[in-house]
Amino acid sequence: MTRSSRPLNDPNRRRPPRLLTGNEACAMAAIDAGMRFYAGYPITPSSEIAESLARWLPTVGGVFIAMEDEIASMGAIIGASLTGVKSMTATSGPGFSLMQENIGYASMAEVPVVVVNVMRGGPSTGLPTSPAQGDVMQARWGTHGDHPVVALAPYSVEETYEATVRAFNLSEQYRVPVILLLDEVIAHVNEKVELPEREALRIVERPKPEVPPSQYLPYVDTPTGVPPMAPFGTGYRYHVTGLAHDETGFQTNDPKVIDAQLRRLHRKLELGRHDIVEVDEFLIQDAEIGIFAYGSSARSARRAIRLAREKGIRVGMLRPKTIWPFPDEEVRAWTGRLKAWLVPEMNLGQAAHEVEWAVAGRVPIRRLNRVDGNLFHPSEILRAIEEMA
Amino acid sequence: MFDYQSYLRLDHFPLIWCPGCGNGVVMKSMLRAIDNLRLPRDQVCVVSGIGCSSRLSGYLDFNTVHTTHGRALTFATGIKMAKPELTVIVVTGDGDCTAIGGNHFIHAARRNIDLTVILINNLIYGMTGGQHSPTTPSGSRASTAPFGNSENTFNVSGLAIAAGASFVARSTTYHAQQCDKLIEKGIQTPGFALIEIMAACPTSFGRANKAGSPAEMMLWQRDHAVTPQRAEKMSPEELQDKFTIGVLAENPRPECRAEYQKLIDRVRAEEAKR
Repeated sequence: MTRSSRPLNDPNRRRPPRLLTGNEACAMAAIDAGMRFYAGYPITPSSEIAESLARWLPTVGGVFIAMEDEIASMGAIIGASLTGVKSMTATSGPGFSLMQENIGYASMAEVPVVVVNVMRGGPSTGLPTSPAQGDVMQARWGTHGDHPVVALAPYSVEETYEATVRAFNLSEQYRVPVILLLDEVIAHVNEKVELPEREALRIVERPKPEVPPSQYLPYVDTPTGVPPMAPFGTGYRYHVTGLAHDETGFQTNDPKVIDAQLRRLHRKLELGRHDIVEVDEFLIQDAEIGIFAYGSSARSARRAIRLAREKGIRVGMLRPKTIWPFPDEEVRAWTGRLKAWLVPEMNLGQAAHEVEWAVAGRVPIRRLNRVDGNLFHPSEILRAIEEMA
Repeated sequence: MFDYQSYLRLDHFPLIWCPGCGNGVVMKSMLRAIDNLRLPRDQVCVVSGIGCSSRLSGYLDFNTVHTTHGRALTFATGIKMAKPELTVIVVTGDGDCTAIGGNHFIHAARRNIDLTVILINNLIYGMTGGQHSPTTPSGSRASTAPFGNSENTFNVSGLAIAAGASFVARSTTYHAQQCDKLIEKGIQTPGFALIEIMAACPTSFGRANKAGSPAEMMLWQRDHAVTPQRAEKMSPEELQDKFTIGVLAENPRPECRAEYQKLIDRVRAEEAKR
């Protein structure tokens, strides 16, 4: 079975160039992907997403609502999605923390939603107007229990547009919450973009039941592991709960049923793994040193790679566009051809931990970390490359 | 004889509630009200939080959601805003709605969003073992108030009125027929409606406070409930251990989703002119 959540049918069909910030591109892409319900609470550096959508959603008949907090925002988008409407929220660190319980609900009840987290410096209130990448692990493990989740980490404004469309496609296709991890720089930088034409977008809708209501099982296993989802109000009356449930959606204490359902939640992403996980390879074909970087850090790394190449150092980059599920196979595949990995990130080593796990000691891994609210200067990364060469 | 069975998911019976619990009385009253209004069941959505009362949603053959603790109103807000043609009823308890969900309760009432909230107030956290809640009367005992509750209690209906709900009423499981009418009225109200129903929890509250049998607890409801009209003529001393039942406030105000629709229509008309 071939499935694809790729957002573009034809990458060459582009709109005229224009200037756009990451937050604006995200809001535009959400509307183009068919998102018609936004609930949120103001927080820097994500607020422009809410402001843009408050203006644009009513023009397409959609709904914008300012909720009383991020817990409420997350609850509201799950509720809206149950009626069949594509829904999203956007926030930053402190708000993302508040959303965690209901993100777990969306995982457990398999409700498609998109959560944008524009990362800023933490922990706690931290650095509201500075970039960071400290929420990589929270995106994966923020809510309790063994839950499936997908997280994307674009590194430019143009890629933010495509990643946002893709986030909706993935959440609909796999009935899973998708986290879009931006950071303050991607969110606020004004960049020249050539967005894809709307008609060139591939828009995915959630699987719908093909059986009459009397035979509908909202949590039935299927070849893809993804059960069809009926919108509320269309004759399929069923129960949704965050409790462990059977295929009818009702609570169960049967250990066999609980085990099968929880494993299915993970299997559906394992089956879709090669569709979900996307990486970009930059000058890595002949490289001796591999850089693993994402988001804003990957921008600095690109420049550093160019500078190092001018000095004759063979260095390249593996850049995850999908950070969860982690591209461990891709890391492993390149490891055999590399002397060492360098992992620059604006945290104290969150993705590096996963890289180390994938590499399993076969080559050395150097961490390069910043947690002072500043971007990497390419020269810092270049210095590390030179020391490793 | 009213046909409850056609509305129930009987394969999920027996109910989890203890013998003598008031939740079943409220569930039946709710079904009579829905039936009386001839609501098509595909268009009814029942949303609940966490707790004994919040298990109610699962037993009913509607579109039902059992949400996270305290958050039923947030899910319900999303459902109503995204699909306003649905009749959305929220079933919640005193802990779910006024402690962990207190902020959502205030703001849903402020928005005056067209939801009908049936708050089953049993004065205690039942499911977790009888801990004291924001509505446990001062002095009453609970598993976390072994020497009597030293805190003040919430006036839940007063809070909803102050926050701007369009319809606020209170009744008890003893006054089941009145509950039917109040729930009907709440559903018909285009705006936020709260029906607070005092219900007995013989297992947790009853035993801790030596309140007697379930029947005796219902007689207590009868003897301590007064109409607002009668309450007006009573002295503060006489009112000390009494509570009012019936319609407590009717306050027609613009409804949240309808107002947003007007905004959509206005914005789209302006766009079309350009």
